[in-house]
Amino acid sequence: MAAKTAGKPKLAVWKFSSCDGCQLSLLDCEDELLDVVGAVEIAYFLEATRAKVAGPYDVSLVEGSVTTPEEAERIQTIRRQSKVLISIGACATAGGIQALKNFADVADFVTAVYAHPEYIETLATATPIADHVPVDLELRGCPINKAQLLEVLGAFLAGRKPNLPNHGQCMECKQAGTVCVMVTKGEACLGPVTHAGCGNVCPPFARGCFGCFGPKENPNTAALAARLGELGLDKRQRRDAFRGFTAAAPAFRKESETHE
Amino acid sequence: MTNPAKPKSSKPDAFVMDANRLDALIGALASSGHAVMGPRVADGAVILGPVAGAADLPLGVTDRQEPGRYRLKTVKKDPAYFDFAVGPHTWKKFLFPPREKLWSAERAAKGFAVREDGIDAARRDKLAFVGVRACELAAIAAQDRVLTGGEYRSETYALRREQTFIVAVNCRTSAATCFCASMNTGPGVGAGHDLALTELGGGKDHRFLVEVGSTRGEKVLMALNAKPAKPKDVAAARAAVAQAAKGQRKMPKSAPTVLAGATDSPRWADIAQRCLNCASCTQVCPTCFCNTVTDTTTLDGSGAERWRHWDSCFTLDFSYIHGGAIRGDGAHRYRQWMTHKLSHWFEQFGTSGCVGCGRCITWCPVGIDITLEARGFVKDAKGKRKG
Repeated sequence: MAAKTAGKPKLAVWKFSSCDGCQLSLLDCEDELLDVVGAVEIAYFLEATRAKVAGPYDVSLVEGSVTTPEEAERIQTIRRQSKVLISIGACATAGGIQALKNFADVADFVTAVYAHPEYIETLATATPIADHVPVDLELRGCPINKAQLLEVLGAFLAGRKPNLPNHGQCMECKQAGTVCVMVTKGEACLGPVTHAGCGNVCPPFARGCFGCFGPKENPNTAALAARLGELGLDKRQRRDAFRGFTAAAPAFRKESETHE
Repeated sequence: MTNPAKPKSSKPDAFVMDANRLDALIGALASSGHAVMGPRVADGAVILGPVAGAADLPLGVTDRQEPGRYRLKTVKKDPAYFDFAVGPHTWKKFLFPPREKLWSAERAAKGFAVREDGIDAARRDKLAFVGVRACELAAIAAQDRVLTGGEYRSETYALRREQTFIVAVNCRTSAATCFCASMNTGPGVGAGHDLALTELGGGKDHRFLVEVGSTRGEKVLMALNAKPAKPKDVAAARAAVAQAAKGQRKMPKSAPTVLAGATDSPRWADIAQRCLNCASCTQVCPTCFCNTVTDTTTLDGSGAERWRHWDSCFTLDFSYIHGGAIRGDGAHRYRQWMTHKLSHWFEQFGTSGCVGCGRCITWCPVGIDITLEARGFVKDAKGKRKG
């Protein structure tokens, strides 16, 4: 039976340079998926259906970073077709792991990796969606947290502001009762400068935060880097700590560059 | 709010029970319908959680604490149940949970049907705390004043608090980060407990001095067949507690007045260079009460929920009003926290907002020490007076 579409907001999900993991977070909303389909018309979502409905779209979720000339053009078209554009995930909001190329000469990579470099058409950098078009909301994470995605969709449908904390991961740890791995084990942890929202994934497993959600508001990366040094991280390790999944986020990029 | 005080009588107030009777005490609390919470070891720390019996308690565990560092150690000789200082958790996680659903609403044929989930859950929460330290009793009393004493009363907190049975423990050791003695909150238990334990002796002689703080405490203790204490037991307990006060950090006495006059000090900017504004200090603080509410809606618009959760003056959103955050700078946020805690709290609630537990020192990832910073401000003030 075809889902009723009349009057429902049209949702599109777009992919740029990415692993598809964030789009899958939407499909991973197993218990809530029928509610989502009941509330919106899935107009474009190749990961879920081959059916395509032409724009304009009420809300577009954009995954991935802009890494090719084709993508730099395509995002402009999508923006023009979208009333609300939400970038989702570390790639779309902070360049993703592929933004590591921003710190080196891309031509060197292309010649080292590909047998026929002449087939490769790529930009010198991988950049967040917001560097190319105005973005209405950025949803962080590698991958995004599905509860946050549902909160954003629910808020959009109700016409209210979504509840997305801007504070750091430390608050998430403390409120979950997670014991600080930095204080008890001397583990390197990006939690004090990292945006909350993942649902406190790593520290409960005795691992420091990897910074997947990118910088929190007002991150004091210099003070954290100094502490990481005291805990035994050398210059290169400090640089690499800030150069993970959100390396192109300005606060992390700048901090990593001071440890070159 | 205090527990019903014990009426004066000729009956003794202090008793002695064998250490192995601790299990019976926990059992008695559980069988009278309490969910018993106490210290236990998890993830390299002494945390607070459900305890089924004395075997769950950190027997023989001690801790080493310093700014930004916490490590556990095990003692083989004469292991004690409570020879560690306060850990990363506070009792406020039970009385004032980090996240609490206050109410929910479902669309009905006409309007909404509202359910008071918060009150319902609080009513079901009959708690007993085992191992509450003197500083923590002071912190609970501070939260009582804030959350039940004024205009903005939390009914869920009040309900939980009323039903909570408290077994306090006198400290015989302090961590290097403790400064309760200089805040006049410890290490000896003063008020607010139903029963107070002091651990004595070791091995075959391992026992507890048990002091009664309320009629319900007395009732529980009587069922345990504890013997009246001898004067030498009471004296030994007092001596152990006095020993614990030695070697602690100290908060300067003049901190409240000095900080009130230090609004424009360049020290705030210096602290802000080191401060991560991660808010850990406020989250581990047993008196920090700042909270916010968020409303959520279901995708189909048929239901809504209101949640209350811990907030912190270290976030930008905390001071966000139309146009932006008032305390945009980390220096302003640290100043707000420190001056409120140590100074303005007196004007607002009649006491200090700091109980000297030292958690903000230990659990600060970069080890900022509030007593050391306070000493810096005091030093500046002295310099100014001389100059």
